[in-house]
Amino acid sequence: MPMNPTRKRRLIIVLLILAAATVATGLVVIALQNNMNYLLTPSQVQSGQASDYKTFRLGGMVKAGSIQRSSDSLKVTFTVVDADGSMPVEYIGILPDLFRDNQSVIATGHMDGARFVATEVLAKHDATYMPKELKDAMAKAHAKKKIEDAAAAQDKMP
Amino acid sequence: MTPELGQLALILALLLALAQGILPLIGAWRGNRALMAVARPAAVGQAVFVAMAFGILVWAFLHFDFSVRYVADNSNLELPWYYRIAAVWGAHEGSLLLWILILNVWTVALATFSQKLPEVFASRVLAVMGLVAVGFLAFIIFTSDPFGRLLPMPGDGADLNPVLQDPGMTFHPPVLYTGYVGFSVAFAFAIAGLLGGEMEQAWVRWARPWTNVAWAFLTLGIVAGSWWAYAELGWGGWWFWDPVENASFMPWLVGLALIHAQAVTEKRGGLRAWTILLSIFAFSLSLLGTFLVRSGVLTSVHAFASDPRRGVFILAFLTIVVGGSLLLYAVRAPKVAGGKAFQLVSRETALLIGNLMFVVAAAMVLLGTLFPLIGDALHMGRISVGPPYFGFLFPLLMLPVVLLMPFGPFLRWGKGDPGLLKSILLRVLIAALACAIIAAFFVDGQLKPILAVAAATWITVGVLLYSYKRWREAPRGRRYPAEMAGMLLAHLGMAVFVAGVLLSESLSVTSDVRMAPGQVQHIASYDFRFDGVHRTTGPNWRADQGTITVSRDGAPVAVMHPQKRTYPHGQVQTESAVDAGFTRDLYVALGEPMDANQIEGAWSLRLYYKPFIRWIWGGGLLMMLGGFVCAADKRFRLKRVGENSAAELTLQDASA
Repeated sequence: MPMNPTRKRRLIIVLLILAAATVATGLVVIALQNNMNYLLTPSQVQSGQASDYKTFRLGGMVKAGSIQRSSDSLKVTFTVVDADGSMPVEYIGILPDLFRDNQSVIATGHMDGARFVATEVLAKHDATYMPKELKDAMAKAHAKKKIEDAAAAQDKMP
Repeated sequence: MTPELGQLALILALLLALAQGILPLIGAWRGNRALMAVARPAAVGQAVFVAMAFGILVWAFLHFDFSVRYVADNSNLELPWYYRIAAVWGAHEGSLLLWILILNVWTVALATFSQKLPEVFASRVLAVMGLVAVGFLAFIIFTSDPFGRLLPMPGDGADLNPVLQDPGMTFHPPVLYTGYVGFSVAFAFAIAGLLGGEMEQAWVRWARPWTNVAWAFLTLGIVAGSWWAYAELGWGGWWFWDPVENASFMPWLVGLALIHAQAVTEKRGGLRAWTILLSIFAFSLSLLGTFLVRSGVLTSVHAFASDPRRGVFILAFLTIVVGGSLLLYAVRAPKVAGGKAFQLVSRETALLIGNLMFVVAAAMVLLGTLFPLIGDALHMGRISVGPPYFGFLFPLLMLPVVLLMPFGPFLRWGKGDPGLLKSILLRVLIAALACAIIAAFFVDGQLKPILAVAAATWITVGVLLYSYKRWREAPRGRRYPAEMAGMLLAHLGMAVFVAGVLLSESLSVTSDVRMAPGQVQHIASYDFRFDGVHRTTGPNWRADQGTITVSRDGAPVAVMHPQKRTYPHGQVQTESAVDAGFTRDLYVALGEPMDANQIEGAWSLRLYYKPFIRWIWGGGLLMMLGGFVCAADKRFRLKRVGENSAAELTLQDASA
């Protein structure tokens, strides 16, 4: 059947849309793959679950008395714990307003040997926020008492 | 006693909303004018009762009525009166009350300005608005009563979240909601059009100004939110791809597509089904936004409460609205592709490509926002999608839009003139290249700022060329009808916005430093001298206030006072100090004292130099202005009268 101009035009449009959709889908998949962040607790990291990911988010409580500041720079080290594990964290920069002992935090970064080097630290009830996945992830790691604290904190969130 | 009156007012409003939602529909179906006439008085009555309930809640806040749980939870004796009013929409229940109040304002406006519409059509539109109101009023009454009592009455209340105690926050939610809710009008028009069966081209013309106004309000709301985040969150970002920002951005994108699609449908009759679909999507995404924010499914800074009952209710409501309207669409949508034919090179094609890009971008944002839910459902672990996902895809999707923008106005409906396009292409290309080369000298060959200048020039020159063409060719007084002026303004806004985003992203200097009093930091040719921190107090907070003196080549520029505030209930809030300017902002925020017991000593500080960041909001404001100017076009008002009689006849024939 010979193509009349209308048909030809419609065919071209449909093909263009299809091509665009394919490219868009491909790009979305690539972008998603590169930017998915997994949230893990210290015990999950210690059991080796973090080895698959270059960067991930570490969630837990700041261990009381573990915050150490450098005297001449913005470097700070602290330990993040859950019920069964603990993980030393190093961070250079300004900590959020409510960062303190026994606070639930989420740090984004990567492992460097046995240390976690954070590029971003979030604390609960902050201008930034505490994802509810943290509560779930920590529940999964069998934290008991601390979860209740986190849950209570969660309820008070803005 | 008064709070119970508020509750009563809400129940009466619900009853009136039911009347407004059901009776006119039956009337329109049976041709019963008495039933159709119920729509307007019911809408006005409902608005009166909702306004009464809202007023009673404001009154309770102003008079410290802590026997009302919502008041006790969100205000206290020390909170200044203006923030007590803002506290009305500072949490879940009150913000829903605001939502329904704004819906009522839109409905009353619609009832007033739809006098000249065909009776059957107007009563259907008002009925759909009534049904939406029924959903939200029921939601408030059954799951989120703002007038619940707290007994015994506490002596003092808790506190409004300090993040919300900012002038920007007093008007961001009402404006944003005005935009969100405004899409319900386009939705109601589309549903009424579907119910009527006959897809009158006229209804799109009636819906256009409403859509433009809603979109303009949404733009203003998003700009206000972005500006507030920049000023208040303390790290100088203006957009975070936070779930709730995305929730407002998706209807914005679809609304943008809708505005352009409506133009095609109105002028050429094409894309009818697509316009209806976009109307449904824009409003559905507004509802989804409310659902995302209020249900606590995706926890974020805006998620007020995590009551599963509410989530279920909104989800059910969303399913009914989206499912119902899509079903109606499937049954009644115009089957035949209507409208005048168009060639490949035509304005329709350009608008269609733009439409596709906006809708795909909205879908992309939706996927990224809901991905944690999808991942959870598929047991993929706790996943979130980082901002780079959006930051990578969004500019890519907008690239074709920016490239096409100069040509859109020059393209004719139906069949464009390739010769004309070539000459335009040549001119904008030369202008963009020339400006890019000049820019290259200023920024030492950095790619992104050069691109910023090239893109902004590309769009601006396109706008200017078209303005010049109109100036030369059209007779005086008819050169720039409001609709066209609005389009040109909004497109210019896009140029300003693109320049602002790319320049501020690439040329910003950010520095987190440790500073002792008297120390000086040199950032982007400015000298920041830290003069120490002292204590100060405000109406309901005390603060550590820093003093930073900024100079440039020895000449004083600004003295800045960033604060770290502590509110009565122990919440800490960083107040940044901004020295604003046309070409650059200086931004200072206090971090923390190096020794917590000695605030006079050294502190960690954020010192930012943000060039052209105001252009981002300036561009947004121009787009908003464009939306309002467009909506003011006389054509939308005058022609209505003429077309009414004809349209009314066809509609009456259809219903008879």
